[in-house]
Amino acid sequence: MPAIAETRDAVESLGQSTYKWGFETEIEMDMAPKGLTEDTIRLISHRKQEPEWLLEWRLKAFQAWLGMTEPSWAKVSHPPIDFQDAHYYAAPKKKAGPKSLEEVDPELLRTYEKLGIPLHEQALLAGVELPEGEVARPPVAVDAVFDSVSVVTTFRETLAKAGVIFCPISEAVREHPELVRRYLGSVVPVADNFYAALNSAVFTDGSFVYVPKGVRCPMELSTYFRINARNTGQFERTLIVVEDGASVSYLEGCTAPMRDENQLHAAVVELVAMDDASIKYSTVQNWYPGDEQGRGGIYNFVTKRGACRGDRSKISWTQVETGSAITWKYPSCILQGDGAVGEFYSVAVTNNHQQADTGTKMIHLGRNTRSTIIAKTISAGHSDSTYRGLVRMMPKAAGARNFTQCDSLLIGDQCGAHTVPYIESRNLSAKIEHEATTSKISEDQLFYCRQRGLSEEDAVGLIVNGFCKDVLKELPMEFAVEAQKLLQISLEGSVG
Amino acid sequence: MNAIAPVGVSAAAFLNRYTGGDGNATRAQAADLLRKTGLPRSGVEAWKYTSLRTLADIPFAGAPVQADEAAVDTLLADAVRAYDLDADLPRAVMVNGRFAPDLSRLPDGVSVTRFAAGADLTAHDDVASALNALLAEDGLTLTVASGVDAGRMVLLSVVVAPDGVALSVHPRHRIVLGAGARLSVLDLSVGRGDYLNNPVLDVAVAKGGHLIHAKLQTEDPAARHLAVVHAEVGADASYDSFTLTLGAALARHEVHARLNAEGGIVHVNGAQLLDGRQIADLTSVITHAAPSCNSRQTVKNVLAGHARGVFQGKILVERVAQKTDGYQMNQALLLSDHAEIDAKPELEIYADDVRCSHGATVGALDADQLFYLRSRGVAGEEARAILVKAFLHDAVELMGDEALRAVLNRAVETWWTRKDA
Repeated sequence: MPAIAETRDAVESLGQSTYKWGFETEIEMDMAPKGLTEDTIRLISHRKQEPEWLLEWRLKAFQAWLGMTEPSWAKVSHPPIDFQDAHYYAAPKKKAGPKSLEEVDPELLRTYEKLGIPLHEQALLAGVELPEGEVARPPVAVDAVFDSVSVVTTFRETLAKAGVIFCPISEAVREHPELVRRYLGSVVPVADNFYAALNSAVFTDGSFVYVPKGVRCPMELSTYFRINARNTGQFERTLIVVEDGASVSYLEGCTAPMRDENQLHAAVVELVAMDDASIKYSTVQNWYPGDEQGRGGIYNFVTKRGACRGDRSKISWTQVETGSAITWKYPSCILQGDGAVGEFYSVAVTNNHQQADTGTKMIHLGRNTRSTIIAKTISAGHSDSTYRGLVRMMPKAAGARNFTQCDSLLIGDQCGAHTVPYIESRNLSAKIEHEATTSKISEDQLFYCRQRGLSEEDAVGLIVNGFCKDVLKELPMEFAVEAQKLLQISLEGSVG
Repeated sequence: MNAIAPVGVSAAAFLNRYTGGDGNATRAQAADLLRKTGLPRSGVEAWKYTSLRTLADIPFAGAPVQADEAAVDTLLADAVRAYDLDADLPRAVMVNGRFAPDLSRLPDGVSVTRFAAGADLTAHDDVASALNALLAEDGLTLTVASGVDAGRMVLLSVVVAPDGVALSVHPRHRIVLGAGARLSVLDLSVGRGDYLNNPVLDVAVAKGGHLIHAKLQTEDPAARHLAVVHAEVGADASYDSFTLTLGAALARHEVHARLNAEGGIVHVNGAQLLDGRQIADLTSVITHAAPSCNSRQTVKNVLAGHARGVFQGKILVERVAQKTDGYQMNQALLLSDHAEIDAKPELEIYADDVRCSHGATVGALDADQLFYLRSRGVAGEEARAILVKAFLHDAVELMGDEALRAVLNRAVETWWTRKDA
């Protein structure tokens, strides 16, 4: 392509928004009136035909929430949130509830098609020719959550054969009340923090996964969250329980339409891993980040925590955070069982006026527990990005081990990158190593790429991908490809 | 700088002693702050790991002008002997928070003046400085004129509390170095009894000046020590500090250093050797407010018994401070199963063309190294001593003044011997 045309295209592509998931779906919604009172909670509970114990649980959370104040220690700033000015329940109107995909509103299906989320169960057959441009992918079971409710969950029969339960949590409350009642709130108690308490009071849906003893989940499980309706908050609740010797890999993705107002997303994710169990939880977070002037975007205030209850259990968090106006999120591991392993791999990219305060907590309780933290932070534009992490060795964590590495990359001189690790040890034989660096993209690397004919933007993309490689390689393959593209798109317009 | 949420414990014990009579605006401001926020307890982010809750219940009294002379003499003689201080070394001595000219030998080249509240009370926004501003009665301003190399001196604080009385002293000092001036200060504190020592030191180093500040804190094991240093560093100037904390039941040394012009250098190094139920906190905020400055920090904690060590170190790089070079290392050695370390090394960076890094390690003595020494006939305790001193060596080694480095090394030696005994 001639140089002039290339430049023109590049400039044009910068002019328009790069958030391609910003469309809105016209669909009839069933909404609760604005505001949050006990009545709202009773309404949600009633709509979802919940048992009495869950309503009481919600009301307990609501009472606790009323007495709490918003946390102020994070390095983020936003105007005060009016919690009475939002709808706490929004569901696509449906007739009787879809029994199969055919009954789902076609408008919804088209939405997910546009998002590239496979809701049709396609069998993967050897030798079948795929249409040009389509890549063969292993089947992934998807639970699609649209605003407040789960619209469809695929591959349920295949999973059921293996004994795996994968369904919306509201359904699990009805079908498997003993499991839900036993584990819900056992990792993140109702009054854990301001946003977790709010979530506990008003959560509407989310995914539930139960993998029984010794079962290796036959496919990747995935939940796709979509905020669509205006003036709603999304409060989903995910609970994953993996029994002795079982394992599961779980993916989570999310998008939202482009809007000028801010919308709140306050989710809670709880993971429980028993003896020798393993949970891999991957997130590609791509909520709408707001426009170049910092208008609109999602406030992503999320509590994610996993309990390694069993000996030799393992929980691994991998996250690629490119979206949201504000991210406040600390996926954590409580390493209770002896020899338990916790991992946290994170890439957080902020551009324009985004703010991210994210990191992890590794609480070592058991003997010979191990944790690894690799966090890569990239700031561009006028954004601020903070890594905030806690490593705590409790007195009984003999022989425990932690390694932490946090690297920050600054692109441009109007952004900020911050590192705030908390390191606490009460055990003589526990070992902690932490290192952190902050720098900009090296001139030498840029020059090397430019000299070989890469545009500045491509060169930055390449270098950033290299910077994030340690984290990206932890993602399941198809997610890694998506994440790489996402990184490039997120940083568009930040150089040159 | 230190966001203070109103969640503290009552500072009434101190506020009751403030009369407001002298009409000093800084004092009134400090009183307002303490009334509003109280004394911090954990939960206030800047005081996350160190609570002053225990101070609230002690009826501290102002120190009497006359201290027990025999006790003062003994403490002075002990310090000189323990650290093998040169008998001719100039010194400025403070007894119970007041300047003691009879015990002092003032140096040539340093102009020493007494504290005058109206002129010398600089306002700061941290709680320990506010507490000092509220009750400061005396202190020294050490000024070195441009181009003068004033050599070495000791700033010595002695506090003797009468039996059964809890004293609090709040000296306010200032060190001012003119362009190209040089000075090395050994800042030594000793004492006996139940007291709170709350010294605040304002430092200003002009272009090309060079201040070495070696602090050795050996307060009474029952005492509390709450110190703050505010340092302003000019172009091509340096503030080179080392703080060795051995004494006090509860101690906090807080440093706010600001690099104001190009080419400035700040070193905030230190070591805390703690035993028993001691709690010691080294907190620093190094602000790069100009391009091409350099900050270095190496902090070691050696923790025995039920001791708890705290390190909070922040490097703040402002938008203008391009070409900043910042490095911070903090390491802790736990010698007992009941010791605890809490560390929060923090980078806050708003400029892109910078090189900043920090590292932290926590662990016990290396079993392989111990085995190596023992297999060569070095007995258990001695082998441990060798390894602990080696661990401290690369921090103490950074002290730029050789004689003061020797003092610090002797203090480490003394601590180890005493710990064994």
